[in-house]
Amino acid sequence: MRNTGKPVRVLIYIGLVAWALINLFPIYWMFTFSLKDNAEIFGENVAGLPQHWLWSNYATALKSGKMGLYFLNSGIVAVATILITLALALLATFALTRMVWKRQHAVNRFFMLGLTIPIHASIVPVYVTLSRLHLLNTYWALIIPYAAFSLSMAILVCTGFMNKIPREMDESACIDGCGTWGIFFRIIVPLMRPAVATVGIYTFLQCWNELMFANVFISRTALKTLPVGIQALSGQYTTAWGPIGAALVLSTFPTLFIYFFLSKKIQESFIAGAVKG
Amino acid sequence: MNKLYNNRLRTLLMLLPALILFCGVLIAPILTSVYFSAFDWNGIGARTFVGFSNYKELFTSDSIGFLKALGNALLLAALSVAIQIPLALGMALVLGKGIKGERLFLAIFFMPVLISSVVIGQLWVKVYNPEYGILNVLLRAVGLENWTRIWLGDVNTALGAVLVPMLWQYVGYHMLLLYAGVKAVPTELREAAIVDGASDAQINRYIVLPYIRPILRTSVIFAITGSLKSFDLIYVLTNGGPFHTTEVPSTLMINMLFLRNRYGMGSAIAVMMIVLCFGFALLIHAVFREED
Repeated sequence: MRNTGKPVRVLIYIGLVAWALINLFPIYWMFTFSLKDNAEIFGENVAGLPQHWLWSNYATALKSGKMGLYFLNSGIVAVATILITLALALLATFALTRMVWKRQHAVNRFFMLGLTIPIHASIVPVYVTLSRLHLLNTYWALIIPYAAFSLSMAILVCTGFMNKIPREMDESACIDGCGTWGIFFRIIVPLMRPAVATVGIYTFLQCWNELMFANVFISRTALKTLPVGIQALSGQYTTAWGPIGAALVLSTFPTLFIYFFLSKKIQESFIAGAVKG
Repeated sequence: MNKLYNNRLRTLLMLLPALILFCGVLIAPILTSVYFSAFDWNGIGARTFVGFSNYKELFTSDSIGFLKALGNALLLAALSVAIQIPLALGMALVLGKGIKGERLFLAIFFMPVLISSVVIGQLWVKVYNPEYGILNVLLRAVGLENWTRIWLGDVNTALGAVLVPMLWQYVGYHMLLLYAGVKAVPTELREAAIVDGASDAQINRYIVLPYIRPILRTSVIFAITGSLKSFDLIYVLTNGGPFHTTEVPSTLMINMLFLRNRYGMGSAIAVMMIVLCFGFALLIHAVFREED
């Protein structure tokens, strides 16, 4: 901020603070109206802190709004997707960076195509295939496509990290009697923890927020994930905003919680995905 | 060592699961979409080959309204480039130079990107609610009763009303990318310029901007392709209504598929979206190369 005049500096700060408030307000508003009754939301107290903290909105969202169920479904889908993505990406990356064969670069580039392909492009054939395999309305209907669409990003991140692991590690393990799989499982995978965290968080966010596939491939209430569930719930409570607010807070909480502790890691994962895209 | 890693069978075993999943869900479906788009098909019955007539209908039929949807997506793309990116760039330059509260501002500005579009959409549905929404309440409070609207239901205001949150949500994303670029400018370059008496504006113009050009290009590509495939927020806010005024290609595609059971036409829209996304990506690469 050297050679910038004081008035300019003040203006810049005013701009930054104003934009910060614009970004924070919706979240603040969501938290406050999730704890209000209609009388407060609709008139007496539109934007202030709740006068009576109405925790029962959360009970309503969880019980009759089925938010607990949707939360669980989203969790199951996200965890399974992350595990599959990581397993496949780590194996493929090992083949792409360590194994010796022709066309490594071509195959790597082929995987990177996935960074540009829009998720919508495949919806008809994937829908038809899932339907033929009787996988619609199962968790797999989401886990398989989500894992497939997360692969490119996962391989990209894993390649960066795996290339940084010195080859001497492999060699000393080889001398100690490790085979290919031994090197992979005992040496490489444990050293890939930072990449695993980055990929895991990024994949989690993608799954947690995805709407289009979840909306089309799942119609049974018992299997709906949060984005679709919230849509259903908002149709059910058109006149009572409190429970909707509570549902929105519940579904956003894990994201904000992770972001609070790992903001730098999350930001890095988004940057990593963009550099090559 | 080399013996261990020179093993085709093991290489294949490691690669195969990822390749199968990737080809099965991404590559094969794209080819299948192209194939489906040449048929008239309701998803269950027999397919009738119709050649390019789905595409022809797409570009000529008013009742389908693809051109309108495409126009909306292109408008969004243009506004993204004209509003989102300059705003993001400005913030990235200011934050990237290193100021008090840099990390905090960065964290706050990026937050809307992480929150699900469904949540953001639901919040904006309530902002725009004609009776109780914050916007109309605010207008009434300051005596602008006449300005109140049924924002999302009025054909004159719906498109504007959905564009605002769509543009707002991703400013932080572009800012983060550009910020990372600004941070990567070597400090020696900056310091040398300062020693030479360059002002902040000059440093930005002659050192930082040329340095972050590749990221700026990525940002522009993302802004445009992201607009072409936008879905979530529109789906939540208006689902393309009222009277198709806010339709974009992806909402149109979903309607074709699951309301009208026109799988061939839906596939044609999907193919158009892929072609447009890749086309624009190549175009922008070319434009940036031209300027070099």
